[in-house]
Amino acid sequence: RLGPRTPPTVKICRPTCTGGDASMNHIRQLEDQSVYILREAYKNFDNLAMLWSMGKDSTVLLWLARKAFFGHVPFPLLHVDTSFKIPEMIEYRDRLAREWRLNLIVGQNKKALAEGMNHTKGRVECCTALKTQGLKQLLEEKGYTGVILGVRSDEDSTRAKERYFSPRDKNNEWDFRDQPPELWDQYKLSFPPGTHIRIHPLLDWTEINIWEYIKLENIPFLDHLYLDQGTGKRYRSLGCAPCTTPIDSTSKNVDEVIIELRNTKVAERAGRAQDEGRGMEQLRKDGYM
Amino acid sequence: MTVTPAISKPNDTPQDNSIRERMNIVIVGHVDHGKSTLLGRLYADTGTLPTGKIEKIQAICKQQGKEFEYAFLFDAFLEEQQQGITIDTARTFFSWGGRQYIIIDAPGHKEFLKNMVSGAARAEAALLVIDALEGVRDQSKRHGLLLSMLGVKQVTVVVNKMDLVNYREDTFQAIEKEYREFLTQLNVIPQYVIPASAKQGINIIKSSQETPWYTGPSVLDSLAHFHLESKRAEQTLRLPIQDVYKFDARRILVGRITAGKLKIGDRLVFSPSNKSANIQTIEAFNLDPTPTQAEAGQSVGITLDEQIFVERGQIATHDDARPLVSTRIRANLFWLGGRPLETRRPYVLRLATREVPCEVATIHRIVDATNLDDRQTQTTVKRNEVADITLRTKSPIAFDLYAQFETTGRFVLVDEYDVAGGGIITELVQDDQEDFRTEARERDSAWVKGDVGAEDRAQHYGHRAAVVLLTGPDATAKGFLARKLETVLVAEGRHAYLLAPENLQRGLDADLVDTKPDEIIRRFGEVVRLLTDTGSLVISTTNALHEPTKHIVQTLQTLVNPIPVITIHMAKDLLGPQPDTDLIFAGPENFDDCTHQIIELLKSRGILAEPPSGRADFQYSI
Ligand SMILES: Nc1nc2c(ncn2[C@@H]2O[C@H](COP(=O)(O)OP(=O)(O)O)[C@@H](O)[C@H]2O)c(=O)[nH]1
Repeated sequence: RLGPRTPPTVKICRPTCTGGDASMNHIRQLEDQSVYILREAYKNFDNLAMLWSMGKDSTVLLWLARKAFFGHVPFPLLHVDTSFKIPEMIEYRDRLAREWRLNLIVGQNKKALAEGMNHTKGRVECCTALKTQGLKQLLEEKGYTGVILGVRSDEDSTRAKERYFSPRDKNNEWDFRDQPPELWDQYKLSFPPGTHIRIHPLLDWTEINIWEYIKLENIPFLDHLYLDQGTGKRYRSLGCAPCTTPIDSTSKNVDEVIIELRNTKVAERAGRAQDEGRGMEQLRKDGYM
Repeated sequence: MTVTPAISKPNDTPQDNSIRERMNIVIVGHVDHGKSTLLGRLYADTGTLPTGKIEKIQAICKQQGKEFEYAFLFDAFLEEQQQGITIDTARTFFSWGGRQYIIIDAPGHKEFLKNMVSGAARAEAALLVIDALEGVRDQSKRHGLLLSMLGVKQVTVVVNKMDLVNYREDTFQAIEKEYREFLTQLNVIPQYVIPASAKQGINIIKSSQETPWYTGPSVLDSLAHFHLESKRAEQTLRLPIQDVYKFDARRILVGRITAGKLKIGDRLVFSPSNKSANIQTIEAFNLDPTPTQAEAGQSVGITLDEQIFVERGQIATHDDARPLVSTRIRANLFWLGGRPLETRRPYVLRLATREVPCEVATIHRIVDATNLDDRQTQTTVKRNEVADITLRTKSPIAFDLYAQFETTGRFVLVDEYDVAGGGIITELVQDDQEDFRTEARERDSAWVKGDVGAEDRAQHYGHRAAVVLLTGPDATAKGFLARKLETVLVAEGRHAYLLAPENLQRGLDADLVDTKPDEIIRRFGEVVRLLTDTGSLVISTTNALHEPTKHIVQTLQTLVNPIPVITIHMAKDLLGPQPDTDLIFAGPENFDDCTHQIIELLKSRGILAEPPSGRADFQYSI
């Protein structure tokens, strides 16, 4: 029920070998860049982890890691579980973790949950406690110095200003006023003790590119949520159940999603409540994904 | 406030709007000349903005009692909106005519030059905006200079705010003339110079009547005239090695091809190690059939038919077109660091995947961006300055001249934790190792190999080949420690051999009538090279070599390359500056402890496997 069960059997080919699909050249270029970034991260960070939210972006990111490391995923995958996720997402997470032999680490801000944190206490507050703080606790506990995330420039205007390798200070904060220069595939690889680097291999991908790649590589995704199941609605972006609403759409397969996105004028995260007003700038400055 | 209605795009029908290619374009120029406005206008008038975006910004402006500005559309941070300046580059996307453009809005403030550089370094083409009323200003020129250094060769100039000069042709022509002359000095020829008004939407997406004297394309139409760089695949091969993987039975070398092509069966030479082997397979995940060839731009994985020593930083090429190798390069450098660049301060040079300590040998001149004049010789390069310098690296690097190969012809300098400058290589400066390097290269390529490779020996012996060289003044017990080290290593079961340079004097060197120091060192180096080829750990001292220690060490490194040379300095005391070595002992009393420290060092460098003769988990090549 959750995307294709059998391993992908599609024949996919580079444009340089015969039968290649030249219309997918731009996607292969993005892939080459992301793979390069992932390999730089793996080479230069001793204590590296990747965030996986089971959404389409971080799942593409996970797939790219398998590309970069020839079927292996040589670092743990972190899931910051708010406990409010849609149940199918957890089922999907555990299935892929098994099939792809992933080292999955689940973190949760238990204290905030025990104290009854939820979205009714304020959306930004809830995100800060359960996601930002949950992530921070997990990073502190494990001492990761490099964290790979699937954020994309076209998601919102603060992400449009991110670097591929973006430092976070001791308090997890992002100093967007003074970001390091990044030139010619030379990234920020060294940093003072106590700080860490966020690594963003998907920065140049757009929402459409993500779907084009899912199709090209036949990546298993949460089709029940991302595609219209006959109700005239589908999720465009997945978050916590209370704060994510499906959009009106009759796209029943990936091709239809791509066509829909080419013609839409609605922002992707329009269904994500915490983005309202200046919410995202503050959240991201404080260490949100 | 009127918003031009979204014009109908050629891609309103689903079949037509598929994307065939991507292109990165940067918008640069002096602060306030209208970059953000141009960008906002381009998006608004092509109907690319999400529904409600303009209305939302208009509402915010009204609330704050400000006039609506197109520039606000992409200034994300509160601070940017309040101050009305762009602090950091924003990447935005729009699709037009089968292309997906990533448009990078680079800040024009001098203070944010490093952000402009980060944006422009990613771009394939640039729109450079000049205010028609203010004319050519400092940053207009500085950005032009940086674009040429960053490798952005396609530039279209937009003379903006033409509404403020009543669309006068002579004003436009004066600016065009002045700026064209400036660009000519940089060998840049602008594709177009377009008179425009971003605020009024003139010549942005279509030609307007306001400038009847102008017959060229609009800004939007000019984008289609930028070419995608595709010639890199036609060059000779450059594959900087990024890493070596051994996740399973395969030993995969990975990297991104920066120029040329490769295919299964090709003979590759790795520089500066001069090792060579054939490509056996091209590895890939979820590609069926697996590829048989690859070209510039691709991130690849290959396996070789021989287990030669390869590590990150080496550059793989075909035999007939190798990169240059030296410890000295001349370069044009722009400096972005918080503190000035100084001679004799340690920096790290990163070129493709190679990382090596370096220092600035000479600052030849500072280039003044505003008039391209030279300032007199300086000992420092300040933030945002461009300089012509010579760099000296601690060990030899493989590189190209920027004029021939873009990616392997440029580098960055890292100051402490930060990338602080970028440079393009203009010249190879010969160092005193050039002859030895040629000898090693020619000797290695003609070397007749047995069937037992270096890795086989390493697995078998429990250690890699290496040289341990004891340096220092006379009477510091170098020979004593050397003998002790040999004894302990052999007792542990390692293949160690003490070669005292004196031992060559009456034999191999007997024909040297006049003492020729370089020839003595050369022969010594070649003998050490032979011994390391047997897989041995060669221990030696600098006694009887009659040359400055630094020169001996460098020559030995050149001749035994890529076998590591570990230097242990025996000092009389620790007063005054000490040489840059792997270990220093000053008048030691406990020689067992010294020996132990050397052995630990060899373990930490991955030369000795742990435990002694523990073959199972010994990783030779990673
Ligand atoms: N009259 C006029 N004003 C303009 C034009 N383009 C931009 N401006 C104004 O110039 C100021 C600076 O523009 P902005 O886009 O922020 O400049 P940037 O710093 O280069 O990004 C703003 O107040 C704009 O409204 C133009 O074509 N005509």
